[in-house]
Amino acid sequence: MTDPVITPELVAAHGLKPDEYERILEIIGREPTFTELGIFSAMWNEHCSYKSSKKWLRTLHTTGPQVICGPGENAGVVDIGDGQAVIFKMESHNHPSYIEPHQGAATGVGGILRDVFTMGARPIAAMDALSFGLPSHPKTAHLVKGVVEGIGGYGNAFGVPNVGGEVRFHASYNGNCLVNAFAAGLADADKIFYSAASGVGMPVVYLGAKTGRDGVGGATMASAEFDDTIEDKRPTVQVGDPFTEKRLLEACLELMASDSVISIQDMGAAGLTCSAVEMGDKGGLGIKLTLDHVPQREAQMTAYEMMLSESQERMLMVLKPEKEAVARAIFVKWDLDFAIVGETIPEDRFLIIHGNEVKADLPLSKLSSSAPEYDRPWVETPAPVALAPVPAIDPIDALKALIGSPNYAAKTWVYEQYDTQVMADTVRAPGLGAGVVRVHGTPKALAFTSDVTPRYVKANPYEGGKQAVAEAWRNLTAVGATPLAATDNLNFGNPEKPEIMGQFVGAIKGIGEACRALDFPIVSGNVSLYNETDGKGILPTPTIGAVGLLASLDDLIAGRPAEGDIALLIGSTKGHLGQSALLSEAFGREDGDAPHVDLALERKNGDFVRANRKLIKAASDLADGGLALAAFEMAEGAGTGVTLDSSDIGQLFGEDQARYLVACAPDAAERLLVAARAVGVAASLVGRFGGTEVRLGTSAAPIATLSALYRSAFAKAVA
Amino acid sequence: MKAAIITFPGSNCDRDLAVAFEQAGAEVARVWHKDQDLPEGTDIVGVPGGFSYGDYLRCGAIAAQSPIMQAVRKHVEKGGYALGICNGFQILTETGLLPGALMRNAGLKFVCKTVTLKVATSDSDFTRGWNAGDEASIPVAHHDGNYTIDAEGLQRLKDEDRVAFTYTEDVNGAMEGIAGVLSANRRVLGMMPHPERAADAALGGTDGSVLFRSLSGALALA
Repeated sequence: MTDPVITPELVAAHGLKPDEYERILEIIGREPTFTELGIFSAMWNEHCSYKSSKKWLRTLHTTGPQVICGPGENAGVVDIGDGQAVIFKMESHNHPSYIEPHQGAATGVGGILRDVFTMGARPIAAMDALSFGLPSHPKTAHLVKGVVEGIGGYGNAFGVPNVGGEVRFHASYNGNCLVNAFAAGLADADKIFYSAASGVGMPVVYLGAKTGRDGVGGATMASAEFDDTIEDKRPTVQVGDPFTEKRLLEACLELMASDSVISIQDMGAAGLTCSAVEMGDKGGLGIKLTLDHVPQREAQMTAYEMMLSESQERMLMVLKPEKEAVARAIFVKWDLDFAIVGETIPEDRFLIIHGNEVKADLPLSKLSSSAPEYDRPWVETPAPVALAPVPAIDPIDALKALIGSPNYAAKTWVYEQYDTQVMADTVRAPGLGAGVVRVHGTPKALAFTSDVTPRYVKANPYEGGKQAVAEAWRNLTAVGATPLAATDNLNFGNPEKPEIMGQFVGAIKGIGEACRALDFPIVSGNVSLYNETDGKGILPTPTIGAVGLLASLDDLIAGRPAEGDIALLIGSTKGHLGQSALLSEAFGREDGDAPHVDLALERKNGDFVRANRKLIKAASDLADGGLALAAFEMAEGAGTGVTLDSSDIGQLFGEDQARYLVACAPDAAERLLVAARAVGVAASLVGRFGGTEVRLGTSAAPIATLSALYRSAFAKAVA
Repeated sequence: MKAAIITFPGSNCDRDLAVAFEQAGAEVARVWHKDQDLPEGTDIVGVPGGFSYGDYLRCGAIAAQSPIMQAVRKHVEKGGYALGICNGFQILTETGLLPGALMRNAGLKFVCKTVTLKVATSDSDFTRGWNAGDEASIPVAHHDGNYTIDAEGLQRLKDEDRVAFTYTEDVNGAMEGIAGVLSANRRVLGMMPHPERAADAALGGTDGSVLFRSLSGALALA
């Protein structure tokens, strides 16, 4: 088979701009082969190279005494004491999920799980943050069903509990849904595996499933905008096999325990190309691959196809040569492919041989280090328009508008399709606030949350970015956990538009600021740009996934409010309604500024909640929907009623930050108020739990009626 | 009590089941699906939940053909005990050690939640810790838990008091709400709910531990 001739059209079809192609010619001093062109396009697309975002990502806060490994590896590694570490990351699989929701979402879960176990960690928790178009849009129900089934189908079979996440609906996602998958794993801090190869002449080993033609060009697809030819892109979506992934996990962990592995890297986007270059580049070595040895699913695959295939459930490893027999036996035991496909070489070369022909011969270090990096022009997001007057509304009607919307209704329909308890360590399943998973065999536990309010970020990227971090920090605090670190999954539109780049820059600045102020470093992340369809961008959606530590389950705040418990508000309420859930759900409006976050106050109030957790029976952070929604959710979850004394809409539904609703027994409430006064934390009695009604000031409704609405609205919306 | 917990490729509740047995005082051995024999002196075999062989072909069908299941069959024929949970229940029906079959849930979706079970009989070493009619809160997590059996078989199960648990709500469309059944000699139990996930107060429930304690009481001297 002869390779196609390199033409400007072929270059453009690989997503390479003319000046980027010029740079390739400069680096290699000749025209690239077809395979080489494919390799460059895979390494230099936005998805792999972060060429538009790198400059700004460097400004994030990524260090701290708890950080063992920050961004740059497959996932971030954070110390949790006793020689143990939590390893986590969040990653998007947006474009594939829109094209083929079930497989797109499934392989998103598979990819993030591999990122975690390739570092030697056994995955112990997963979450998914999902954004869809309006329920009334003809594609939405199909996407929701497919994505949820795909996530469940993969995660359930793999056997990792799903403990949280988000689901939102907004018109801006009509043509571009977001699927952000998070995974966390557990490992011994001194047994973390990294991707840097070392030693010359070491065997490069291919592990896992066979290579097929699926996903060829997937990473390039993920870096393009959508238009009406999207259906043609279906063949670029990969197919997931959780059964193979589960065996790959067990085989890899067994292999890692056998002291055979020098370095290991999963094959994700741009498969063999990215993983091999990554290992060579980080180790300052060259890599020679002989593709004839690659286990292949289909006949007559070309070098180009093998180098760009995104077949799932594969790993690349540099092996200690004397351990070959041991390693091979483990993979034979698990019925997985094991093939030596190459070796490390001293010179700076990425040498690809197939059928005794040299298919690519490139300077390896240049593939990533010389990737283009752009300082994209950006414009500051204009100041938001002032909030127009908010019409009067009965507080119960306002609450109904929220809980009757799939955005704020119970997400039971979603998480009942996920296995939330496998591994038998789930202390707090999804539903309310952060999920909590015990560290197996210890009294410790980890808390997980994922947060962002895209409306805020659009109105005010800087404050919106701060808020996403602060809300995640607050959610961890509300279960009594000490926030440890975070991962960011930055979903934006086309960065070549200065206003979109401006949103990105603003959000990054806000995230960086909040992470610094809260000692809450970003240890891993992912950027997804070009989330646009026919030129219309999504709401900027920088999802923050975060992890907190409970040194003992005794520190957990997870109880439910009981009849007669006092409702206390920690923090103070001015009644900020700009960009609020109330405005959006009750009046279909998105105006005004996002709430501003006072990070010092955030910290003070959060530290107060944690310090006094023994007095607190149940707690919830206040976010969109404000006090009224939080009080309803807390009461509903406990099967009791609640009375809030105020009937002021701003007090009830305002979205001021740095606030918590806590439930305390009456004597404990008294002590908590005293403690708050002593340290200058604002705390006030706002109501009581109990009865069979939700009463907001002078207006009331039976909890049973509201609960029925809250529990049915989601299914109704996506049916 | 000596328990042997099998691991098939795709099992994912094997560790959870081992922990629950250990907490009930059992000596636990882990067994690989390619093994030909069970460890000497095994009292009870645990067939765990998960997705053995990816649930490809039909849930439990491929696992039923694995070498270790031949050994389990011999163990049961000699009067040995076996407990199959979720995928384990599916494997035991596919092996023919329990009657009936588990079909796709009537709602066609995977369902994971804590449900209330009714203990239908206390006449077994698995359920002796309850009284018939007691309720127990135990999680389910499955896609194929819709228990089905022919009319004659159903009548026989009822006549012989071999329905171990029923659901108190319609979870998956199972015939007569059947959640678990016993073998004729009452020493093999298959059930869709996961008692091993409700055997630890820290996780919010201990109703499942009654089952493991009942077993440990019965098998302590065996």
